[in-house]
Amino acid sequence: MQPIIEAHGLRKEFGALKAVDGINFSVMPGEVFGFLGPNGAGKTTTMKMIECVSPRTAGILTVFGQDVDVDPRGIKRWLGVVPQETNLDPDFTCLENLLVYARYFGIPPPSARKKAEELLSFVQLSEKQDVNIEKLSGGMKRRLILARALVNSPRLLILDEPTIGLDPQARHLMWEKLKALQAAGNTIVLTTHYLEEAERLCNRLVIMDQGKILVEGTPGDLVRQYAGEEMVEADHTPPVVACLQEMGVRFEVHGDMVQVFSDSPKEVATRLLSTCNPGRVFVRRGSLEDVFLSLTGRALRD
Amino acid sequence: MLMIPHPTWAGWKVWRRNWDVFFKTYKVNFLPPFVEPVLYLLAIGYGLGMFVGEIEGIPYVLYIAPALLSISMMNSSFFECTYSSFVRMYYQKTFDAMISTPLSIEDVIAGELLWGATRSLIYTTAMLAVLIAFGVVSLPASLLVIPFSFLAGLLFAGIAMCFTAITPGIDTLNYPAFLFITPMFLFSGTFFPLSVLPDALQVFAITVLPLAQVVTVTRSLTLASLSPLFLYSLVWITLCAAIFFFLSIFLMKRRLVI
Repeated sequence: MQPIIEAHGLRKEFGALKAVDGINFSVMPGEVFGFLGPNGAGKTTTMKMIECVSPRTAGILTVFGQDVDVDPRGIKRWLGVVPQETNLDPDFTCLENLLVYARYFGIPPPSARKKAEELLSFVQLSEKQDVNIEKLSGGMKRRLILARALVNSPRLLILDEPTIGLDPQARHLMWEKLKALQAAGNTIVLTTHYLEEAERLCNRLVIMDQGKILVEGTPGDLVRQYAGEEMVEADHTPPVVACLQEMGVRFEVHGDMVQVFSDSPKEVATRLLSTCNPGRVFVRRGSLEDVFLSLTGRALRD
Repeated sequence: MLMIPHPTWAGWKVWRRNWDVFFKTYKVNFLPPFVEPVLYLLAIGYGLGMFVGEIEGIPYVLYIAPALLSISMMNSSFFECTYSSFVRMYYQKTFDAMISTPLSIEDVIAGELLWGATRSLIYTTAMLAVLIAFGVVSLPASLLVIPFSFLAGLLFAGIAMCFTAITPGIDTLNYPAFLFITPMFLFSGTFFPLSVLPDALQVFAITVLPLAQVVTVTRSLTLASLSPLFLYSLVWITLCAAIFFFLSIFLMKRRLVI
């Protein structure tokens, strides 16, 4: 099967800044592929290169088997883009936004109208079709952008932080819609720094930091490999630390907690409880967040 | 990397987007071209004209009528392609949304420029109707002002878009507005002939100021009497409109494709 996107040694430099520093990845048809990473990791820059909007500095990048420089119009015809920043047209209503956008794709008005109504119903905005954009909530705007990205029946959907700034209800509704698109066989590439989002949605993902891809895999594999299925957390007290050192297990101190990485977390927890008077002890499932933090560190990014 | 921009006809979709927005709010948009000329004609043409009498043998109100049309061509397209285009580009991110579709940035800017020219045509046509009603322009020669207003609009749209491409923010667009447009408004043979200016300024106006060229052409048409500079000005406008059309697309591409 031919990959939808293929990148080899892809680079993007802004002067001295290496925004994307030689990355390799490929996205297969029907896959939901995630790019995770802290701010400034190079995720959005990568998306813009795939969208044929930002020219690469070096490397190979093909979309639908074509080099992005050869026929960007031909590639963009089949892309659906949900950008990080809301860029709906504030001079138009919801329905008009979709119709005007469909015109940019050269979709004839009758089919555009039919598609627009279908999509408004899909994102649950039918009742708002004649409402101006500024009257919509943040969640509604994001859903309308999703509808807009689908207006040309894209073969590849690119979502840059699709749920950024949304409240939990709005985020769950967005996830529901993306799940439905995934189930319908769409190929989706998304960036996020919500780990939960990546765990729920992605078949495969990469974690990026400082322009490089650190790891690639399924969410489950990454958790097993880099965080362990389960991990123990306990209060950070001298007796606990002494105990853990005695047991000879690997642990990290994070603020007032210690995290213990072990193949037998339940035994560690039991020994802590019975011998060290540890205060609080938790055994919990490892998460992508643990993978993420262990790979990219805890220093604040901006 | 210097490359000549190659916009395509897909740019008409951008033009059409602006057209649709314009006619959504037409009641507001059509107020200025009808009200403005009436005010100027009454206050300056008839009021001040009573003291001026004639200029170069022409009643003052007839002398300034083509200037009002020319100023309208300049303002309608210049302000559209500076402040309004900047808002669409920078605040509304409309251009970003457009270039995520098969449209290229060249198409988008070409569409914006053609829209600026169209706006000049719409405003000039509306204003011409008022001037015809006042009987201050000759017919049928004045009707040629309508197609000409598109060309003149394209010239000012291109110049405007160059400023928009290099301005750091919306506030710095005030510089060309006050230092370029306002002096031109006054010193392009609009309300008094260039011949009263010092020689050096006359030469400057005739060789450099776009509005001076536009006034020459428009006045020739509304008075139905060709100025000796008519052909020169028409060629000047056509050449510069073409140059600024491509230059502004080039500069915009440099700003936006990173």
